[in-house]
Amino acid sequence: MAVSKTSATPEHLIWEGGTQPMKIGYGKLMMWIFLLSDTFTFSALLISYGLVRFSFPSFKDINPEMTHKTFELSHDWWPVPEKVFEAVPFLHGISLPLVFVGIMTFILIFSSVTMVLAVEAGHRRDKADVEKWMLWTILGGFTFLGSQAWEWSHFIHGSEEGLTLANGAKVFGANLVTNEYGPAAFADFFFFITGFHGTHVFSGVVLNILIFYNASNGVYERRGHYEMIEKVGLYWHFVDLVWVFVFTFFYLV
Amino acid sequence: MGNHSTTHEGEKLKPQTKELWKVFWILLVLTAIEFVIAFGLDTDRFKWTKIIIFIIMTIVKAYFIVGTFMHLKGEVKSLIWTIILPSLFVVWLLVALIVEGGYIGSV
Repeated sequence: MAVSKTSATPEHLIWEGGTQPMKIGYGKLMMWIFLLSDTFTFSALLISYGLVRFSFPSFKDINPEMTHKTFELSHDWWPVPEKVFEAVPFLHGISLPLVFVGIMTFILIFSSVTMVLAVEAGHRRDKADVEKWMLWTILGGFTFLGSQAWEWSHFIHGSEEGLTLANGAKVFGANLVTNEYGPAAFADFFFFITGFHGTHVFSGVVLNILIFYNASNGVYERRGHYEMIEKVGLYWHFVDLVWVFVFTFFYLV
Repeated sequence: MGNHSTTHEGEKLKPQTKELWKVFWILLVLTAIEFVIAFGLDTDRFKWTKIIIFIIMTIVKAYFIVGTFMHLKGEVKSLIWTIILPSLFVVWLLVALIVEGGYIGSV
């Protein structure tokens, strides 16, 4: 490889034909630009959620004399998320609003920490540490995906009581056409937003397994640097970041 | 950027993880506080207060994730602005469409 021997810049930071813009490796910069474009995609999804939500009346708009405590689910107004997501695995029938989503948030934040610890270990070129923290990150990713699968399954199957419509018909669970929680758009946005995020988590886990495999085989040790861990790390943190926003705008408000 | 280029063969460096764990605890505590506010404050009276608090706390969490975990704090200024500036326009779109949403079907 033709690299200037006089420069102190590490080989992977030098772009073909010139100095590196923004003092960053090519791959890392492109990952940042990709994440920026991904930000726009997720923003578009969350903002359209906001637009549609505000185009529907809220429970209080229709029933001004009622309070938050007496909230009921109906097709006529947008649901309050904490009244929809209140189930936790193995605790059937107990109302625990947002607890399971909180656990999922914790899992993702934790796997973000283990990822950044793997990046830090890569800086020290400590192969064993990189492997250890990557394994924890992969475990966290799978746990989150499993939790989301449960959440989806519970959302799709719905409650035993279901929702009784004005004409006496009953609706159970959710699909893209109708659901027992509120307007059809509510379930549609749930599927698209959490689904798009879950797809990102899945791709992240695949990438994590890939770099774990490479790190274990000493690929980055021979290459002389662990920048690949940093690049995938950026992606993984972004997935965590998106979840922070989904948690706030979909579940909390 | 890392300092891996200065590492020599066989030499073990001490992990520098204090800052990372600190951020982890900050994120955890902020999320816990969000739960306390979500169920501690009366939604009927403080709906928009709660929404504003949640948005501010989300931005604070985003700052820590992007700044420390993604290490954007340590990058050069031009890269920071390349990421932050376009993202700021998203806020504009958000406000514009939320306001518009209130008029759908009523005009």
